[in-house]
Amino acid sequence: MQCLAELSIGSTGEMVRIFDNNLEQKLLEMGCTPGENFEVVRKAPFGGPVAILISSYILSIRREDAKSIEVIEL
Amino acid sequence: MSNQLFKIALAGNPNSGKTTLFNALTGLKQKVGNYPGITVEKKTGTIKLSNDSEAIAIDLPGTYSLFSKSIDEEVAQQILCNKDNSDYPDITLVVADASNLRRSIFLLTQIIDLKMNVVLALNMVDIATKKGLIVDVNLLSKKLGIPVVAINARKGKGIEVLKKTVINSLGKSPDYPFLDVGKLFKGAIQKANIIRNVENNYASFMALCKQKLSGEIENRCALNQLCKSEDIIPERAQAKETVNRYSLIDKLVKETVKQGEPIGKYMITKRLDDLLIHPFYGYIIFLLILFVIFQVVFSWATYPMDLIDGLFVDIQMFVSQALPKGLLNDLVVNGILAGLGGILIFVPQIAFLFAFIAFLEDTGYMARVSFITDKLLRNVGLNGRSIIPLLSGAACAVPAIMSTRTISSWKERIITILVTPLMSCSARLPVYTLIIALIIPAEDYFGFNLQGIVMMSFYMIGFVAAILVALLLKYTIKSKEHSYYIMEMPSYKIPDWKTVGYTIFEKVKVFLFDAGKIIIAVSIVLWFMSSFSPGDNFEKIEKKWKGHENAEFNINADKLEASYAGILGKMIEPAIKPLGFDWKIGISLITSFAAREVFVGTMSTIYSVGDSNVKSIQTRLSELKNPDTGEAFFTPAVGISLMLFYAFAMQCMTTIVIVYRETNHWKWPFIQFVYMGFLAYFSSLIAYQLLS
Repeated sequence: MQCLAELSIGSTGEMVRIFDNNLEQKLLEMGCTPGENFEVVRKAPFGGPVAILISSYILSIRREDAKSIEVIEL
Repeated sequence: MSNQLFKIALAGNPNSGKTTLFNALTGLKQKVGNYPGITVEKKTGTIKLSNDSEAIAIDLPGTYSLFSKSIDEEVAQQILCNKDNSDYPDITLVVADASNLRRSIFLLTQIIDLKMNVVLALNMVDIATKKGLIVDVNLLSKKLGIPVVAINARKGKGIEVLKKTVINSLGKSPDYPFLDVGKLFKGAIQKANIIRNVENNYASFMALCKQKLSGEIENRCALNQLCKSEDIIPERAQAKETVNRYSLIDKLVKETVKQGEPIGKYMITKRLDDLLIHPFYGYIIFLLILFVIFQVVFSWATYPMDLIDGLFVDIQMFVSQALPKGLLNDLVVNGILAGLGGILIFVPQIAFLFAFIAFLEDTGYMARVSFITDKLLRNVGLNGRSIIPLLSGAACAVPAIMSTRTISSWKERIITILVTPLMSCSARLPVYTLIIALIIPAEDYFGFNLQGIVMMSFYMIGFVAAILVALLLKYTIKSKEHSYYIMEMPSYKIPDWKTVGYTIFEKVKVFLFDAGKIIIAVSIVLWFMSSFSPGDNFEKIEKKWKGHENAEFNINADKLEASYAGILGKMIEPAIKPLGFDWKIGISLITSFAAREVFVGTMSTIYSVGDSNVKSIQTRLSELKNPDTGEAFFTPAVGISLMLFYAFAMQCMTTIVIVYRETNHWKWPFIQFVYMGFLAYFSSLIAYQLLS
């Protein structure tokens, strides 16, 4: 299993599922539905948040939270 | 319809241009307050829809969904989902970002499913075009079954059409739901409708998913039972519904939006981000921006502040001469006018700081600041957005605390509010300057001015204390909310100057009217305390000095001693003696509560007693002898102890009032007052005992 936190900048992936319940609902509502493609565009220094380009906008998520997001690298 | 006053709610995602549209629709006819009991800002305004109809508009907090996860979102949910709510709209205007249609119509489709009367304002069509996206507005309207109007909120385009559409759509609600939850969850929804005694599938679905709609407490048990018997797990049901909704939205977007070639200019965001969130330059640029803000709030603001100060001195002089001498004269001049001047003096700093914040927010830069500082500041319990309030606290804590609204996590915001007044604000400067000049020799050490070094150390002490207290609070304040950081990074935009202007106007207004009332009241109390004494003490004092040289000086000083403030100062003397303070400093500590800089004035009045020569306060204080030892009263020990007290103590009623307004509870200013008091008392105690 791959998680979002592992992907490096510039790589693209597909959303699979989110393990944290509250996080899942919030991210689903913001368009991170299973099967949706995204690109990792930024990673903040010092282990800060990651930013992904998904359904034509940039979304940033904490690195810790990105660990509970399962993805497939494309 | 003539002279109808109906209610319009503006709903939409954060960054959808909702507030810009609200400003365009209402102009300056806005009212800002809080929702009862919580600190979510409530903005309402009047819209003139046509010659004979006006509407009340309410700007709901930005939200991505009707399912609430924060207090802000709960407000939007409560208003839209509850027909009995006093703010329940006759019509809802959903603002959507055309360049990001998929995500921004999610909320719209939920509102449609509540069977609400709704109009879609499609904003940022120009940005969509740059991205190469072409939206078929007519087809979108047909498919959704609601009116859709393309607008440009910033340029004011499409506003008139929007107003007409709103008038024409009154009383109509969508014929069919976007997503039929009744079908998706078959029998469960019908049964929930029966339990709740309503005919609203989506509202009943939300209630089933444990959303706290009003009146749900008595139904909760029955709904829980229903969940069990129908095999519904609320979290799963909600996720299923969201995924289904998005698959319908995807289909709709495919049909109504054509993807062409993006126009080159759109790349600007990427280029700017390469620089602004660069692991090295990003921080350097941010520090430079902070430096500029600090400089401006600290130094530019002094010009209008001096102007206001001078103006009030003139007004006070004029009034004191125009009104007959007596109690009323004194109350107006030294109570009311002094209080009013004390409030207005803050306006320039508030205006400057919010000009910057609104500018940085509106360009999209603030989201980047959070992005690069989130991790660092979270280690000490703060938030990426705490850095602006914290640093502007070095100029003045009042605007700084008002600017914490941009911090979305409740706990991180409270911590920021609680520690910001520890930063050395500009009102401490006159106190530090006076005392440093008394106790520190103006010598150079290794080419550095010693007085300057001490001054800087006190600024550092404030900053270090703020960080340490934040760290302590991180582990002591309990919070149920798990702080998520899920944030959209909007594309960079040239700021909308109108929005910046409205923000400044609004903040100044809130400060003057909401905080102003309480500050005036406290000023009058302080005036009373220092101008009245029990019995006929004042008359005796006047008799005693009659005909004396320099009578007025001595009378004033003696009166202050005999006044309630003086009595209180003497009362606390035993408590402050271990810190090296006498009752005269005690009085100054009490009067400083109006504002720290009052210290200098009070000290100069009170120490003038019995001295017939007019001298500067500094000479006066340096000549002072300690009655017990016969040596200079202001020893380095007393001075350092006094400075530490001023560095930590919460001696600013304006800050206390603002903290109350921003947290909507007296509990927080009280906690702040107590902890800062403790810090002040014990650090002064330790310093004095060690140094003397």
